[in-house]
Order: sequence, then C-alpha cells, then structure tokens
Amino acid sequence: MEKVIELKGIVKTFGSVLANDHIDFTLQSGEIHSLLGENGAGKSSLMNVLAGVYQPDGGEIYFKGERVDIPSPRHSIDMGIGMIHQHFKLVEAHTVLENMLAGMSKGLLSRKKTYKKQVIELSQKYGLDIDPDSIIEDLSVAQKQRVEILKVLFRGATILILDEPTAVLTPQETEKLFTIIDNLKKNDHAIVFISHKLDEVLAISDRITVLRNGKNVATLENDNLDTSILISNMVGKTLDLAIDRPTKLGENKILEVKDLSVLRPDGAFGLKDVSFDLYDGEVLGVAGLAGSGQKELCEAIAGLQEKLTGTIIFKGDDITGSTPRQIIKKGISMSFVPEDRLGMGLVASMDLVDNVLLKAYLKQPGVFVNRKEARFEAEKLVEKLSIDTPSVDISVSKLSGGNIQKVLLGREIELQPELIITAYPARGLDIGSAYKIYDLLNEQKQNGNGIIFIGEDLDVLLQISDRIMVMCNGEVTGIVDPEKATKEDIGYMMVGRKIEGVIAND
Amino acid sequence: MIRISKRAEMPQRKKWIVRLLGIVLALVVMSFFFLFLGHNPLEVYQTLITGSLGNYNRFARTIEFVIPLSLSALGIMIAFKMKFWNIGAEGQIVVGAIAATYIALNFSELHTVLLLSTMFIVAALAGGIYAFIPAFFKVKFNTNETLFTLMLNYIALRLVVYLQYGPWRDPGARGFPKIANFSQNARLPDIFGIHAGWIILIIVFALVYLLMNKSKLGYEIAVIGESQKTANYAGMNVSKVILIALFLSGALSGIVGMLQVSGVNYTLSRQVSGGMGFTAIIIAWLSQIKVVLVPIVAFFFAMLVQGATFIRTAFQIPQSIAEVLQATVLFFALGSEFFINYKLHFEKKAKGRVQNG
Repeated sequence: MEKVIELKGIVKTFGSVLANDHIDFTLQSGEIHSLLGENGAGKSSLMNVLAGVYQPDGGEIYFKGERVDIPSPRHSIDMGIGMIHQHFKLVEAHTVLENMLAGMSKGLLSRKKTYKKQVIELSQKYGLDIDPDSIIEDLSVAQKQRVEILKVLFRGATILILDEPTAVLTPQETEKLFTIIDNLKKNDHAIVFISHKLDEVLAISDRITVLRNGKNVATLENDNLDTSILISNMVGKTLDLAIDRPTKLGENKILEVKDLSVLRPDGAFGLKDVSFDLYDGEVLGVAGLAGSGQKELCEAIAGLQEKLTGTIIFKGDDITGSTPRQIIKKGISMSFVPEDRLGMGLVASMDLVDNVLLKAYLKQPGVFVNRKEARFEAEKLVEKLSIDTPSVDISVSKLSGGNIQKVLLGREIELQPELIITAYPARGLDIGSAYKIYDLLNEQKQNGNGIIFIGEDLDVLLQISDRIMVMCNGEVTGIVDPEKATKEDIGYMMVGRKIEGVIAND
Repeated sequence: MIRISKRAEMPQRKKWIVRLLGIVLALVVMSFFFLFLGHNPLEVYQTLITGSLGNYNRFARTIEFVIPLSLSALGIMIAFKMKFWNIGAEGQIVVGAIAATYIALNFSELHTVLLLSTMFIVAALAGGIYAFIPAFFKVKFNTNETLFTLMLNYIALRLVVYLQYGPWRDPGARGFPKIANFSQNARLPDIFGIHAGWIILIIVFALVYLLMNKSKLGYEIAVIGESQKTANYAGMNVSKVILIALFLSGALSGIVGMLQVSGVNYTLSRQVSGGMGFTAIIIAWLSQIKVVLVPIVAFFFAMLVQGATFIRTAFQIPQSIAEVLQATVLFFALGSEFFINYKLHFEKKAKGRVQNG
C-alpha cells in the first residue's frame, strides 16, 4: 500500500476560531479511512483543504511523497481527488452523461460515443448500475449519489472523499453503497468516509481517525474496536449511548388525524389518506426517506398547508385548515420545530431576544412589543441549555448549528405546549447536544404532552419512540411497535413493503 | 485574475472609515474635474459648504430640502424593510400634492388651521392609497411591485400636466398654463424662518422610530422582510401587514406633496416632486434602513443640492457639473458599500500543481 496523501500539521483558522489545530492525517491507496467527530470538530475544514476549497494557514501537504500546494479545486481534481458532497451538484434536467461531461474542456460532441462507452464500463466495473442516458430528475437519491461517484471516477479520481453519504439512504441502499466502496478499495482507490453513524464506520473502515475540537485525537486500526471506544474518543468521555424511553403516560387523545391528504404546489399528492392518533405522554416517531411527506405532515398540522382534505382534531377541536394565527387565537398550545431552522423557525439576522419574541409577541398586550420579557426569557434559555453565545444580542445566524437548534427547540418547549412537532431535531448536532435535546423532549413527554418526532436515524427512532409511523411516498406504510420491529423491517417499510407482525396496537 | 469574495462582517468603526474614505475619494476625483475647468477645487468645496450653511437664510433653504427628503425616505424605508421595493415615492408625492391642491383651491375660505389640517389629511390619504394599490395587487396576484410603483409615478406626473392645461388652469394667468396660486389661508406659516414642515418632520420621525423599533407592527414588518415563511409560521397576518405598511409608506410621501405645495411653491406644477422621490430612495438605502440615520443622510444630500445650486452661480459653471458632482459622490458612496461587503483578490495565474518545497 502506498501513502497517497499525507497531511502534516494542518492549521486552519476562521477569524478567532481554530478549525484545524495541527492535524496529521495519512491516506493509503486501497484503504477506507473514516473521519469521525462531532460537529465543528474540523472534518469538513480538513477535507476542504484537500479539495482545494480552503487554503491552510499552516502545515504541509504531501501527494505521493511530493510536497504540493492545492490552490484551487481544479488542482485537486487534477490530482485525482474527488469529493462527493452531501448536497449533490447535478443538473436535474440533463442526462447522466451530460452531467459527466459538463465543465470538461474536451471536444464534446465528436467523442460523445466514446465517453458513453467509458461511462458504461466504469459503471459496470464498480457495480454502480447507472444508465448514462437517464435524466437526473428521474433518479432516486441513492442513484444520484452513485452518479456523483461515477462523475468523479470518470474525471480520473483515485482518492474519493464521501461526506456523510449514508445520511440520505435506507439501510438497503447503504448496503449497496458499501459494496461499491468495497469495489473501489479492491481497485486500489483510497477512500475517506465521513459519517456520524458509528456502526457503519466500524463496519467498513480499515482505519478510523477521530477529530475533536480541531485536533486529531486518535487514528485507530479497526480491529477490536467498538462504539463505546469511538464515542469516548469523540466526546472525551464515555457516554451512555442508550436514550431513555420513559413509560408512556395517559390514554387521552391529543391529536386525531383522519384521512389527511395534502396537494403539493405542483399538483402531486404530498400526503395521501394519512390517519393516526397521538396520545398524551407519547412520542410518535415518523420514519421515511427524505421527501416522503414528513414536511407536509408537520406543516398541515401546524396550519401551514393550504390545500388539504381530511380532518385534524386537537383535543376535540377541529383545526383542519386553520392558520397558525387562528390556532394561536384558539388558545391551542402547539409547538412546531421545523426542519428549516433559519428559513422558517427563526429569523437568521435577528438576535436571540427578537427570536424569542417571535412566538411571544402576539400574546403580549398593547401595540408595543415587550423586549424586556423576551430578553429575560432568552437569557434563561442560554443558561438552561448552555447555549454557546457571547450574548443574547448576537444574530442567530452567527451561532453554530447546534446552538441554533437549542434556541429554536428551547423557545418552543418554553411555551409548555401540549403538542410538540419536531422535524429532525438532532440533525447536524454533536452527540452531547443531541442527547440534551432528547432529554428535553422526554421531559415534555413525562409532563403528559404529545410529541411527533420526525427522524432519520433509525437507531434513535427505535429508542425514543413509543410507536413509529413509517411513511413512503406520502402514505403510511404502517405504525410499528419499536419493541418488535428491527431497523431492517423499517427500512423495507420505508420503500413501501408492508410487514406483518410488527404493527403496534393502537 | 481578479476574484470577488464575500467578507466577514466588518466592525462598525471600520465601516464608517471606509464610507468616509469613499466620500473623500469622490471629492478628490471631482477635484481634477474642477481643475480641468479652471477652478480651485478647494474653493469650490468651501463655497459648497458656505452656500448651503453659510448664513441662516441658506441654512433654512437647506433644511427645506431636508424635510421632504427625510419624510419620503422614512416612508420608503418602511416598505424596504419588508423587501417591498416601493420606488413610487415620486408618484405618491405628486398625488399628495394634487389632493392638497384640490382642497386649497376649492375650500380656500376655510379657517387656515382647518384648511391646512384638511389638506394634510387628504394628502396623506391620497399618497397612502396610491401605495396601497400596488400592495393590494402584490398580495392578491403577486404582481411585481417595482414595475407597478414605477409606472404609477408617470401616471401621477401626467395627471398634473392634464390638470395644469385642463380643468385647473388658472383663467387669470393670461393664457399661461398654470394652476392658480394658493390663498394665504392655504399656505403653511414659517416658524423661525422655515416652513412649519420641520415640526411635522420631527413628529413623524419620532413616530416612525417607535413604529420600527418598538411596535408590534414594526416587528412584524422586520420579520416579513426577512422571511414570509417565518412570518406565517409565527402566526402573522402577512397580507394585512403588507397593506398597512404600504399605506403608511405612501402616506408619508403624500404629506411631502402637501408640504411642497403649501410651504414652498404655493401652487401645483409638474415640478412639485422634482425627483425627490428618487433621491429619497437613495437616502433610505444609504441609511441602511435605519430610522436614526435618515435625517443625517438627508441633510448631507440637501447640502449637496443646495450647495450645488450656489456654486453654479458663484463659479458660473453649468447645472450639469453640479449634477456630476452629486452623482460622483453617490457613486463612491455606493461603491464603498461594495467594499464593505466584498473583497477583491488579485491572483497570478494558477501555479503549477506540484511545488517542490
């Protein structure tokens, strides 16, 4: 095995923040090297240095033993480094082949056939299973990801960086991806695999590097490792991985949803005949691939969807089609933590005080807003949730992802709602913050409030939920009992297969 | 190769230094221009200042520019805060002036207090409604407010011409197409040598400050400007807020119309707005949609306008040169905003990929 990349003492600062603090990192051909770390540990910065996006402030880069600079992404591509980002960079209306050729300065038209043959060969060689003539927008998320892989391979990449590739995949699709990664490895490619999912990292890595606070804490050979070792490296102390599931409380219905359908702006069904009940003191998990109707479901209940049929009853009150304002005026205490934190839940440019005000001002008397009250609340939140901010007068956009989420969730929970709808509350959060969020939600559950928990990490869903509603294409495939169902069962249901024997009794 | 990249937030102090530098640079550039014309630039600039502030009378004339510019800019700001691009202040001023003139010409025998307050209210209503129309269409049919408000300007301006040549033509003007002068009752009294509009400006300034910084409506306007999705999510009645805010926005320009006809011109003509509605847009923008900065920026612009008029006569330079001066200052002022937000990188051609080190 040859050392293809060696990073020595890489330093990268952003203003006063030290993102990479003298990091050493090596990558060998034919190796799968995982990069682990909490959010803000410095993984992205380090990989962006390798991709030529950032210029390091210190340290040296060696490529096959030679000292190099990577002044731009173009140089990085020329060196055979290919990064597969979480958000795909594909032209939706074009075919796979056209996407491959875009941006390449080769005579296109004349040699399209040759290229097509090359693409097909590559696709077969690594088991990517992609037809070069299909249009991108017709492809599934997993297929698009494989197109991205194919694209970097086609451009001659031998070093592939995959940034959280499994975040958007079902367990079955993840399996398939791992096979592909394995094929790459067998062909002597070097792979950097970034993920938050420890069991995946353990399953496929040869070596694992753990970053914490911008430092390389450990580079471990993957034998006899287990999740607790990794976690203790990541967070600095051993954490109890289990999430509490306090016993479910009452038997009173908080929410009854019957035959709820939602039409999207494009005329397609966002939700189709969805029915379920939510009881007090219950966490109803919602599982599904991205875009399976989770957003429409949340927004329909919160009063943000216009074209809907069916009924939504909150404690006997029909709130179908009510606007958020009407819901508030009816005195219904419902909180919604949307997926789009800065675009919907918070006002990015405003400070913490004004963001706390967002849900409070309507209930304040008079024509003026009372910022004193809001400031007091904001300071309380900062203290209670240990939000990392210099003051409450900082605009929320300047906070880190985890702290932004704490502001949003904290504000919503402070309202003491009887119903909390949260979409991906722990997305992008480090383990410490995520557990804090789970604890907060469980506390609300024990207070007898109902919680709808839209999640993507099945391990978390299985642990925190009393029941899990699995969705596929806007329809409910089934509501399962997490005691009976396995991850695989749910994975199959996420793609529409019904599975008997795991269904929860209502 | 030049590359542009976004800058991290600059500290306030540095921002002001950049802005100041921008203006200094504009004056330096214009110095060459004045030298070329055979004038001593320092003298020109000195005269610019003495011309606008040199004695009480000149100061008063400058303030008479500050009043309409500030009021209009405050109105525009309310809309801009919501990212509703109301560039129809010009038209809103004009309809305000028309409405006030209608009252002034037809009820001239009313008691002056009653007459002036009626003119004030009617002008505010007219300006408000004139801005309400595009807001209504925006809310109902999502029309483009920029084009809509712009087009309404021309309708209002042409309407004045029609009135001037048609129904409101003064028969006593010996065939000259003009509207009759206002009776004494309909003229705004001077207070300390400046028409009473400055008192209105102070009151409106305080009210707009409260509206934007302390009131629920102001808070809603700010949230809507940032994200309508968030506003909906928070239970705001977005359409209603837009309509109210635009009415207020237009009403302030409408008031300007009344102040101009009743305090400055004593009649209505097509020159009533004189491009002030457009200058006010620049003032609102340069004030960064902050209420307290509006009068300061407006004062600066008024100085330029008034001072330029003065240097025109003092140095016998054409009107257009004075305009070039204003435009240059503006160009550099806006340019400094660019450098506050972005930085330039000058790069040599990309280096070879391997560098032995």
